[in-house]
Amino acid sequence: MCSRCLASALLTVLLAGAGGCERERREYHSTPAGTDARPALTSFRPGGAPLDAAPSALGRHYQDNAFHIGQGGRLFRSYNCNGCHGAGGGAIGPALMDAQWRYGGSIEQIHASIVDGRPNGMPAWRGKLTDEQAWQLAAYVSALAGNVSKAAAPSRRDALSATPPLTQLPAQPTQPGDASAQQPPPQ
Amino acid sequence: MTARAARTLSLLLLALPLAGCAVQGVQSSLQAAADQSRAIDQVWTLMLWVCSAIYVAVIAALAWAIWRRRRAVQREGRTRDPLLARALAAWVVLVVGLLSWFVAASFLADRRLHAGHADLEIRVTAKQWWWQVEYLSPQPDQQFSTANELRLPRDQTARIELLSGDVIHSFWVPALSGKEDLIPGYSNAVLLTPRRAGRYRGQCAEFCGLQHAQMALDVEVLDAAGFAAWRARQLAPAPAPSDAHALRGAQLFLGSACASCHAVRGTSAASRLGPDLTHLASRRALAAGALPMRREALRAWLADPQHAKPGNQMPQVPLDPRDRELLLDYLMGLR
Amino acid sequence: MNAAQREQLQRSWADRPGLVGWLTTVDHKRVARRYIVTAFVFFLMAGVLALLMRAQLAYPNLRLIGPDRYNQMFSLHGSAMMFLFAVPIMEAVAVYLVPLMLGTRNIAFPRLNAFSYWVYLFGGIMIFAAFVLDVGPEAGWTGYVPLSSSDFSPGKRTDFWAQMITFTEVAGLCVAVELVATIMTQRAPGMTLARMPLFVWSMLVTSLMVIFAMPSVMLASTFLITDRLVGTQFYNAAEGGDPLLWQHLFWFFGHPEVYIIFMPALGMISSIVETFARRPIFGYTPMVLALVATGFLAFGLWVHHMFAAGLPPLGNSFYTAASMLIAVPSGIQIFCWIATLATGRPRLAVPLLFVLGFFALFVLGGLSGVMLASVPLDLQVHDTYFVVAHFHYVLIGGALFPLLGAVYFWFPKIAGRLLSERLGRWQFWLLFAGFNLTFFPMHYLGLLGMPRRVYTYPHGLGWDAYNLMSSVGAYVIALSFVLMLVNIVRTLRRGDAAPDDPWQAPDLSCATASPPPAYNFAAVPAVSSRHPLWADADATPCAELPVLAGVRSDRREVLLTTPVDAAPANRWAMPDPSPWPLWSALALTVVFVWSIFDQWGVVWGAIPVAVAMTAWFWPKRSEPSLGGDA
Repeated sequence: MCSRCLASALLTVLLAGAGGCERERREYHSTPAGTDARPALTSFRPGGAPLDAAPSALGRHYQDNAFHIGQGGRLFRSYNCNGCHGAGGGAIGPALMDAQWRYGGSIEQIHASIVDGRPNGMPAWRGKLTDEQAWQLAAYVSALAGNVSKAAAPSRRDALSATPPLTQLPAQPTQPGDASAQQPPPQ
Repeated sequence: MTARAARTLSLLLLALPLAGCAVQGVQSSLQAAADQSRAIDQVWTLMLWVCSAIYVAVIAALAWAIWRRRRAVQREGRTRDPLLARALAAWVVLVVGLLSWFVAASFLADRRLHAGHADLEIRVTAKQWWWQVEYLSPQPDQQFSTANELRLPRDQTARIELLSGDVIHSFWVPALSGKEDLIPGYSNAVLLTPRRAGRYRGQCAEFCGLQHAQMALDVEVLDAAGFAAWRARQLAPAPAPSDAHALRGAQLFLGSACASCHAVRGTSAASRLGPDLTHLASRRALAAGALPMRREALRAWLADPQHAKPGNQMPQVPLDPRDRELLLDYLMGLR
Repeated sequence: MNAAQREQLQRSWADRPGLVGWLTTVDHKRVARRYIVTAFVFFLMAGVLALLMRAQLAYPNLRLIGPDRYNQMFSLHGSAMMFLFAVPIMEAVAVYLVPLMLGTRNIAFPRLNAFSYWVYLFGGIMIFAAFVLDVGPEAGWTGYVPLSSSDFSPGKRTDFWAQMITFTEVAGLCVAVELVATIMTQRAPGMTLARMPLFVWSMLVTSLMVIFAMPSVMLASTFLITDRLVGTQFYNAAEGGDPLLWQHLFWFFGHPEVYIIFMPALGMISSIVETFARRPIFGYTPMVLALVATGFLAFGLWVHHMFAAGLPPLGNSFYTAASMLIAVPSGIQIFCWIATLATGRPRLAVPLLFVLGFFALFVLGGLSGVMLASVPLDLQVHDTYFVVAHFHYVLIGGALFPLLGAVYFWFPKIAGRLLSERLGRWQFWLLFAGFNLTFFPMHYLGLLGMPRRVYTYPHGLGWDAYNLMSSVGAYVIALSFVLMLVNIVRTLRRGDAAPDDPWQAPDLSCATASPPPAYNFAAVPAVSSRHPLWADADATPCAELPVLAGVRSDRREVLLTTPVDAAPANRWAMPDPSPWPLWSALALTVVFVWSIFDQWGVVWGAIPVAVAMTAWFWPKRSEPSLGGDA
């Protein structure tokens, strides 16, 4: 085959798959955050002001990586997030697949909710999970809301199927919803 | 290449099979130590001898065909064909006869693998990349759970129920029996009737992901008294921390991410996500055979589980080096 | 036939000049040559992966290659060897030789032939590019679920792998259909089924096996793709699916697949043995029956890959009996070949040397296969290096050695030059020695408990020395292939020209020049025996070959004959060179790659495919046709 044809064929393929590298990397060797003696501070305070959630490269990285989203899915089941949130549709805890986010739906905000805990029953997982596991869970929750790259999201778990395939979900907006629009908790 | 050089090379290559004579190992299937593996060994011996004989015969026939002395001018053409046709028929009869012998021997050996009444019930659940081993009993308080190790009493039949927690794995202790897959959604079983006490090694034999290579099972066959003693030790809850350091280590264990995944019977840690650690220090290996059970190895494992077994499910929990030593004091006391 | 008529034939059958001619050719010989070269390139690339793997396994606990990359390597090594080398190269050799052996001018459906090459090439490029981009397959060449489902293989790696299967199966099916059509309708007049060369018989049975087996794996991989992309539940045990469904579907294809690879080699051996023993094959009828029996039996064995899966024991025993039974036809063939050599006058040229290598290696591999057929023994050695040894003995010994013999045998015909006998012998002995050094110790490794697909192993289990031997042997094999490349390159540059009939073979392919002209034969040959070029059973060369007149030479036309008796039946117009196979293949590639990421790619990508194929099949009104274009 002539060298020109070969080169252009390769270039096309390379460009098409250029997103492949980051999405596919299996990163199991992470650098831990290290213990910090100071108490952790949160930007959560009364008054309804939106929580700090500057989009970070770290958050973006976890959202784009198929391995981390997959791990997050396994942790979601392992740590029984299902027990309150269902498979994402909500039960005792709020739904994670809709557009209502009491404390924000960006991955940074979700990570903060997991690590800090939230009023009315969301446990604080700091110290019970590693920071990377919390990011992986946050990435999976983003996937439940359709907010990750469709090429990185898993379609279904190898378990009882309780959600539409995550590769087919529409992206939900991530800003906090109006608290007054919440349904009262079921009696 | 000259004919002589070729002949020399072939003779050297013929010596290659002899290299196999002097080898045994703790994971060898040729070191049959149970009824089941011995039944298989008999089939192996039969087939090895017969197949070797057939092979030698075929190669000899070929060599004769190529190098036999032919009378120079004679053109045989097809004058010998009727004789050859009869020889072909005889050959087919011989092959069919030998294969039928093999089929019968295989069938009978296979029946022996499934025969037997279970004296002991064990449930093994394979997960990526470790073995959850539960000794069952009709009385719930006589059941216990351990990980990555299997102890069996000699001369009794153990029935191992095989379940999978995620992907397909395969339970295989070559010295004791053939392998059986652990498939999600299925419950398979294997019978083991060990006849010789000793240490053996098993390994996962179905590709199951990143650390398929380091998913070993430490097996020991004990006599009846030894097994009863081991079982009694396993049933006991975890020993209490022996000194202040170990106590502080226990507090660290229970208060941090460790208890999210690991159980230690006798404490509040009861998670079944990771291996049961109740009698961790009594095991011979760590991380399904990846490391030996020694303090330095455990320290390295706690510092970075991903170094020895990259890709495994245990995360790197950030710990102060001093805290790590206290934790080690506690863990090494879990005999 | 006079010079003016030959010139007219040449004009009718010639390709357009230059790059356009290269891209639009429908000449089976040109397409087959590039198929063969491409397949060998994939072979060498997959071989390099093997060299890297053996480097990692040379010593215990080495850290040259990590688990993720190693898993990708063995997955791609197996997939490339099986899907991109073994089947395509056998089909390619058939695409080249079968029309010549049948005395016809082109293969049936020539544009489909060109299309199949482009689809194959693009699929192969896709998967190797995927490997480079860290998105190559990682679940082995067998891709068992649930490991290959989206839960345990996140990302797009397995999707690329499953789609590569689709590419190669489309290409394989196309070639199989062409071969069956050619063999059944384009044989030389007088070449009844009972007079067909054994190579043609083996390709007929192989192609029928392809047609029945490949849809199974296409179905399996399609289910996997939909599970991973749109959330179907075919393999999800929790929702009523079944992981074993994958294994059944895959191995229903997977077992015939190895016979698809092996059977053409059986045909090649018959051709080589016949020629170099200088007598017709003993037992033509049992040989044909053995081929057909193998083809049928191959479909009844697949469960022997699943003996450890916990299926009912009585069922397993049935498959033991069936798997042992298939040794009988192979035994018949071995007997007939040895009988032919014993009663012939063998001359030890390089092709026959490779055939002798085949005997030594394949019989050993076949016997270890008989061992594997036994359920209890298989339960010990399944998924260990014993199996790796077995299938390399039967694949390399049983398929690659005959293929290399065929390369030396037919290279003069294809390229018009004679390869060096001396380099050929060196290559043979290096390969034979290196192969045994690499794979014989693996029998012991399996018996000593070393499982397959492990990126490292601990010290102290008795495995160290054998692994080192294997690793050294692998590099010896590599050296032998370097020699082969040197031989080929040197020959192409300044080798001796080959005569029409370099080995005095009996089949029609030697009734034309080396290399054959675009139109293959100046006139349609007529055949009245199994050995048209031998006057008698003692390999005396024929002085003359009878021919048939009446097929037009001012345009592309072939003679069709009846399926069984090969009586002349029809004159059939053959298509001219066309760019539409290439455009269709490109459009199909877009569909397949797009659908990895988005199911709508199937819908929108179908439009260019439809356009290209409509243009392809549009009937030509410019020239009258007697029966339509293919």
